[in-house]
Amino acid sequence: MAEAQNIPVGSTTAGTIAVAADSTVATRMSAPPSFDVADFPVPHGREEEWRFTPLERLRGLHDGTAEAGGVLTVEVTAPEGVTVETVDRTDARLGKAGTPVDRVAAQAYSSFEKASVVSVPKEAVLTEPIRIAVHGEGGTAYGHQVVELGAFAEAVVVIDHTGDAVLAANVDFVVGDGAKLTVVSVQDWDDTAVHVSQHNARIGRDASFKSVVVTFGGDLVRLNPQVQYAGTGGEAELFGLYFTDAGQHQEHRLLVDHNTPHCKSNVAYKGALQGDGAHAVWIGDVLIQAAAEGTDTYELNRNLVLTDGARVDSVPNLEIETGEIVGAGHASATGRFDDEQLFYLMSRGIPAGEARRLVVRGFFAELVQQIGLPDVEERLLAKIDAELEASV
Amino acid sequence: MATLEIRDLHVSVEADNSTKEILKGVDLTVKQGETHAIMGPNGSGKSTLAYSIAGHPKYTITSGTVTLDGEDVLEMSVDERARAGMFLAMQYPVEVPGVSVSNFLRTSATAIRGEAPKLRTWVKEVKSAMEQLQMDPAFAERNVNEGFSGGEKKRHEILQLELLKPKIAILDETDSGLDVDALRQVSEGVNRVHATGEVGTLLITHYTRILRYIKPDFVHVFAKGRIVASGGPELADKLEAEGYEEYTKGGPVSGANSEEDVA
Repeated sequence: MAEAQNIPVGSTTAGTIAVAADSTVATRMSAPPSFDVADFPVPHGREEEWRFTPLERLRGLHDGTAEAGGVLTVEVTAPEGVTVETVDRTDARLGKAGTPVDRVAAQAYSSFEKASVVSVPKEAVLTEPIRIAVHGEGGTAYGHQVVELGAFAEAVVVIDHTGDAVLAANVDFVVGDGAKLTVVSVQDWDDTAVHVSQHNARIGRDASFKSVVVTFGGDLVRLNPQVQYAGTGGEAELFGLYFTDAGQHQEHRLLVDHNTPHCKSNVAYKGALQGDGAHAVWIGDVLIQAAAEGTDTYELNRNLVLTDGARVDSVPNLEIETGEIVGAGHASATGRFDDEQLFYLMSRGIPAGEARRLVVRGFFAELVQQIGLPDVEERLLAKIDAELEASV
Repeated sequence: MATLEIRDLHVSVEADNSTKEILKGVDLTVKQGETHAIMGPNGSGKSTLAYSIAGHPKYTITSGTVTLDGEDVLEMSVDERARAGMFLAMQYPVEVPGVSVSNFLRTSATAIRGEAPKLRTWVKEVKSAMEQLQMDPAFAERNVNEGFSGGEKKRHEILQLELLKPKIAILDETDSGLDVDALRQVSEGVNRVHATGEVGTLLITHYTRILRYIKPDFVHVFAKGRIVASGGPELADKLEAEGYEEYTKGGPVSGANSEEDVA
């Protein structure tokens, strides 16, 4: 089921499908999940979960030397009926969607002072999105954000990250039974920012969770979207797109833990890279536990390398502990924008830069069109256009 | 009147660490309004001529000139050549995933015309051009050449020819792989463009079949990297009857004067 084609020199795309005892997902981490940073040794860089990440660019988030003191504002704009609170560490609603899986996430959980909790009451169907604007003015910050939807509520949450920061955070999404949550997280940081964040989604019975991750900026961005199911019939769709420029490290590490029967997941991430030292990492872990009969899952990663000097590491892993499933598969491919495509477009009068933009826009548009929310799609395409206009 | 002049063109390619000369002195003049057929066996260099004129990076011009109305075509980038009025309908059009036909056509029309066509008239223009080529309107929403049949790819090339209105159109084996209906529709498209009197056409083909639909003013036989014989339409009839054998045998080519400027 794994496929790989046109892999540029210096890139890897390796997939595994493991059955039962030969665990590739659960046992690959150097320590079990924990809220306490002390439970994780300081990484040296050879661990499975850190081997692609340039630790020296984490600014001390990984070894306890990054002291909070930066300026980071979080502004929540929500339609009527939504409760927005700033709470302290003891609030019972924190940490309910998942547990930090690596040292930086645990550091964030151990270090934040105040958390933000956004609650949508049960059966509330929002017609306007909730907007969370995270803006950094430099320096280190640790954060914790909770978004919870009551049963049968429906909401779209747009999280924008801008400015400069060294930010480690956890974001919890608690999706009640029958609820529908769409989250768009845009990483539009300055080129100096470092952002490491774990997104935890806990999906209720018959609930659906849609995540759209858009990473354009930052010196180093490393996101860990994690999904688990709290009841049967849950659905997760995880979309991502990234545009990795010269010198940027953008890493997306997903884990979908099918721990409950009759749930679905669909993962599709696409990235374009250009320039020297552009490095994109995509890790797609899907675990189908023995209890999760009737699971239907698929994950896909596509990369488009526009210039020499860029590197992609793409690793899908599927671990299956029961054969009683509807479907499971993955695909990963990294291709070059090829000279024949460029020639064809240029032979129709289209200048090289515009030809490149046309192809990259098309490459992303295929993914954006799957999101199924016209206003989110439109906004994303406009964002992509602006990014392409500025950088290609 | 636009004139494409090719003078003593020598072209080589790099293959397996060696340089191979493919075009060995091509001379040809194509004027607006004229249709030239270039016919030749496989491997004679016909397609190399087409791609070299369009500027494909694989080919190295070692000597000779190509000018369009006196402007040095070889100095231009690929897109500049197209904007100067050159068009190449490709034998194997390239798939461009994620880019819809309608977006592609509008982007290239904008580039060629120097301004975005007005949306209302543009939509009509595309629609009627597609109807004439018997193309389903749904075609416009598909990705460029992705999953197209052989016939669809060629129709799409001719659709571009009709919309972009070049001064000089080079059609590289547009007839190959087409059934009779598609061949007729594609030929009608070429003839419509020709009827405007605005385009000079260089029709590269292996077969004489397309010449039942498109009437050339001049026929050239291409062999071993150069034009070895030139004449009127009657030359095509001779090729149909006798094949290329006379021109591909070893030794000096008989009955041909490839140095002559035929147009």
